[in-house]
Amino acid sequence: MAQQDAGKAEVGFSISRGAQRGKKKGYWLLLLLRLVAFMATASATIVMALNKQTNTFVVATIGNTPLKATLTAKFQHTPAFVFFVVANGMASLHSLTMILVELFGHKIDYKGLRLAIIAILDMMTVVLASAGDGAATFMAEVGKNGNSHARWNKICDKFHTFCDHGTGALLASFIGLLFLLIINVISITKLHIPKSTNYVGVP
Amino acid sequence: MAKIKRLCTLLLRLLALAATLSAAIVMATSHQTSSVFGVSVEAKYSHSPAFKYFVIANAIVSVYGLLVLFLPPKSLLWRLVVALDVVFTMLLSSSISAALAIAQVGKKGNSSAGWLPICGQVQNYCDQVKGALVAGFIGVIIYMLLLLYSIHTVLDPLLLQKT
Repeated sequence: MAQQDAGKAEVGFSISRGAQRGKKKGYWLLLLLRLVAFMATASATIVMALNKQTNTFVVATIGNTPLKATLTAKFQHTPAFVFFVVANGMASLHSLTMILVELFGHKIDYKGLRLAIIAILDMMTVVLASAGDGAATFMAEVGKNGNSHARWNKICDKFHTFCDHGTGALLASFIGLLFLLIINVISITKLHIPKSTNYVGVP
Repeated sequence: MAKIKRLCTLLLRLLALAATLSAAIVMATSHQTSSVFGVSVEAKYSHSPAFKYFVIANAIVSVYGLLVLFLPPKSLLWRLVVALDVVFTMLLSSSISAALAIAQVGKKGNSSAGWLPICGQVQNYCDQVKGALVAGFIGVIIYMLLLLYSIHTVLDPLLLQKT
């Protein structure tokens, strides 16, 4: 009984000491990482959401006058890009919320579960952002190379600007995903196991 | 208590292994040849990079799941397992999302790009791909549950100490 109390006091002391030290060393690093992730995902969302190109083509020629058709490439035409915009939008909102909570919300705590909630939310955001990236990447690949087996023509040779903007948005989103993954790993390692616990409880 | 936790984790990981393995196998064996208006149409998973990525990702995660099943419960490698779980969940989610995007175009087409749906011509192939996607989706959900469970197990000692 006395040993348990001594162990608890020791652990509590080490947690508070570690938290103070951690605030000075890793606090600004984590904030900087979150800021970069926010900027990357926000720019990916905005660039893809404003992605639109109109082009006029000659479809047929009647006598001497060519028939022209105007075609527009928008991101809304493809459900994968819509999902990409939504996923990156939610990732950027999450990053912004986390930055604000870290800067102004140190008193907010729910039964000591603050670190766990932050880690779980980070995890959800990483999974969501990765799903959005995967869908948009392969959709862009089909748009760029076409698929000869399914007889799907490529569209990038006609809509250069649309494809370029899409590529830029994808690159920004990948960078954002990388930073989100690093932030998530840091958040999970912050739930540190005190040295006095035996590992039998961790299956 | 520790035995129940161990059993729970083992069961979840076994289910995840079954889901990802079946997704990879069902997608890799999907193949159909049919003739439309005298032209023979062949549909295979390797025609599309997204489906290839899906098979490879699920295969990698199956191998990882098999290796983790044999890890002894008191080893110090479990922290690495939690970190690798995050990475592999991310891989699985991006692969299922990519395959779903391409399968949606294959089923409904894309009128703005002039892409016709192919499911009307190769119905069996479409059904098999649908089955593989369902299995992959179940795998993603189980891996997310495993992640939440790992965080819960790590957290319990902390909560006990704070009361």
